[in-house]
Amino acid sequence: MFDLLKRYWKVLNSPSVHFSLAFLTLGGFVAGVIFWGGFNTALEATNTEKFCISCHEMRDNVFAELKSTIHYSNRSGVRATCPDCHVPHEWTDKIARKMQASKEVWGKIFGTISTRDKFVEKRLELAQHEWARLKSNNSLECRNCHSPDSMDTTRQSPRAVEAHEKFLFTGEKTCIDCHKGIAHHLPDMSGVPEWQ
Amino acid sequence: MKMTPKWLMALAIIAIAGAAYAAEPITTLRSTAPDQESAAPRISNFEDTDQKRPRNYPEQPPTIPHDIEGYQIDKNANKCLSCHARSRTGESGAPMVSITHFMDRDGQFLAAVSPRRYFCTQCHVSQRQVEPLVGNSFVDIDALLPNNSTRIAE
Repeated sequence: MFDLLKRYWKVLNSPSVHFSLAFLTLGGFVAGVIFWGGFNTALEATNTEKFCISCHEMRDNVFAELKSTIHYSNRSGVRATCPDCHVPHEWTDKIARKMQASKEVWGKIFGTISTRDKFVEKRLELAQHEWARLKSNNSLECRNCHSPDSMDTTRQSPRAVEAHEKFLFTGEKTCIDCHKGIAHHLPDMSGVPEWQ
Repeated sequence: MKMTPKWLMALAIIAIAGAAYAAEPITTLRSTAPDQESAAPRISNFEDTDQKRPRNYPEQPPTIPHDIEGYQIDKNANKCLSCHARSRTGESGAPMVSITHFMDRDGQFLAAVSPRRYFCTQCHVSQRQVEPLVGNSFVDIDALLPNNSTRIAE
């Protein structure tokens, strides 16, 4: 075993005999472009709504619920897709989230939420993951579109103005603290703080 | 001729009734004939303020002065109570659910909202700015009675 490793190390460690330096440099560059591009293309492909709802777990449960909310259908016709809220936009954060999502691939293979009953059973846990994520990153995915700086409170209802001035602008609370269940149905909220 | 024949009387009644029936258009909410599709009225926005609307009579469930679109009220969650519950009113500044809602059907007070009063929108509703389809002649009790102070003076 050790001999085998030693032999490979020798091959890697010795200069190239048959290929020119230019070929290796340019070839490496071209291969790098192809692999990097391919990686990012594949990454972006998993970052589309079409990809998400290609699984029945997402299409029949959470996507069906999204359809009746303001994030799917509204007066201006601008809408949020799954990754807009569930995948960070920054590259490093995105890769970190995608690594976490390998757990979801496991769940898909073993049918963790393959039926409606299983999904409903697991809904609170799944929701808590998302609440914890948004709480810890100060509702980053909300803020990608909704910026407090651009909020014109004169265009908001008196109730909204009061709540935003008291809790959002002071930084006392973040979006997800009050706006749970705006895009999907809520799980059983008994025991969740601030809920009955 | 001592008496109008019965058949003539009957004919006269039918004629008069028919004329009356034809003269008065039938009251209906339908704007077009039943076999034609009528244009749907525009949906107006919900009123969305924080101003209480006074009740029209003491037992009236207060109307909701704000928009409640998308508020989930089911066995899992009650969005209304996340502001109007007793423990939440301090932070939200919303009026507390009436104490009568803590009472079960035997008149016993419970620790939280009674299950029979849990579904808020059974009685409380938001308002849209629309013309009433059917008029009504309801008169507020205060308007109906003569001025209270003058009555006491008498």
